[in-house]
Amino acid sequence: MEHAEGQHDPATGHQHAVAVAQHHEVGQQHPLGIYFKIWGLLFVLSTASYLVDYFHLQGYLRWFLIITFMLLKAGLIVAIFMHMLWERLALMYAILVPPLLLLVLLWIGAVEGDHTFFTRGTFFGTAAEAPAKH
Amino acid sequence: MTQPAPTSAGGALPLPEGLQGIVSDWSSDQRAFKNVPWGKAMMWIFLLSDTFIFSSFLISYMTVRISTTVPWPNPSEVFSLTIGGHKIPLILIAIMTFILISSSGTMALAVNYGYRKDRVKTFWLLLATAALGASFVGMQAFEWTKLIVEGVRPWGNPWGAPQFGSSFFMITGFHGTHVSIGVIFLIIVAIKVLRGDLDHQRPGFMTGRKGNYEIVETMGLYWHFVDLVWVFIFAVFYLW
Repeated sequence: MEHAEGQHDPATGHQHAVAVAQHHEVGQQHPLGIYFKIWGLLFVLSTASYLVDYFHLQGYLRWFLIITFMLLKAGLIVAIFMHMLWERLALMYAILVPPLLLLVLLWIGAVEGDHTFFTRGTFFGTAAEAPAKH
Repeated sequence: MTQPAPTSAGGALPLPEGLQGIVSDWSSDQRAFKNVPWGKAMMWIFLLSDTFIFSSFLISYMTVRISTTVPWPNPSEVFSLTIGGHKIPLILIAIMTFILISSSGTMALAVNYGYRKDRVKTFWLLLATAALGASFVGMQAFEWTKLIVEGVRPWGNPWGAPQFGSSFFMITGFHGTHVSIGVIFLIIVAIKVLRGDLDHQRPGFMTGRKGNYEIVETMGLYWHFVDLVWVFIFAVFYLW
């Protein structure tokens, strides 16, 4: 323990910090061009998803397009702007895998919502017979 | 006795890549997240927890929207603005989206110039990010005012399902709070950059650790996350 404490004397600690900083600079220093490209791409994708609403696309086509544009934008932000693309796999998996659990919550929520909708239709009579606009 | 082969990296062996890298990183007797400063790893873990918070909001919004037997107000009409006599659907939300994306762009550039130790450019880019974020919050305040004047309340609204108001205020309110906190911290980091705190490794407030330009990237992670959340809100709340 004393040995470990000894390693944190100011001189070595400073050298260590510098070494880490230098190493890191090499790791996450990227040409500016890639940020401008992603910036532009995000504008295009946002415009596209806005146009989905503007032209009143409905049904499965609307859903497909909205979800696709959403996931593309999210992927670009996380991968490039947040530099996840260049991180080590250990960090990448630690952060990106746990949110997949949310799919279970999503599924439960959908089942629960449908069930509540049908019971409301059954027990609250005619007023509820018109299906809700999803 | 065979001697270990001399390594060129002065003792530090290259880290294995791929799945083997995951196993070796996590089983190593040091720290699991190599090549990232501790603050960055911690920010990622905080953002992971925030992901679950926002997802819970969005999924409960989905549940109440599926389960209501009363028609849901049409966001395309609710959030339309009349500009020059034309009613344009969702226009304010679209502008807010572009503003937030642009702030993410300036933030990414700020991180880049920070690592180049270009203090003045980093400062102005951080300030531009904060200004865009503040204008986003301003537009959100405008949107809230407009809806409240039109009679939207957390317990009801003139157009249909009462859950519309509670979902709207909860989700956009929580997101707006994140943006506001981000703006405050962006200004703090911008001042630290301009004063040269990071070049001279002066410790920041609430910490004795030495300042360095990695805090700009950590700040950037938070800011990009705010933009990321908006991508999901825009898609599932406004475009559904």
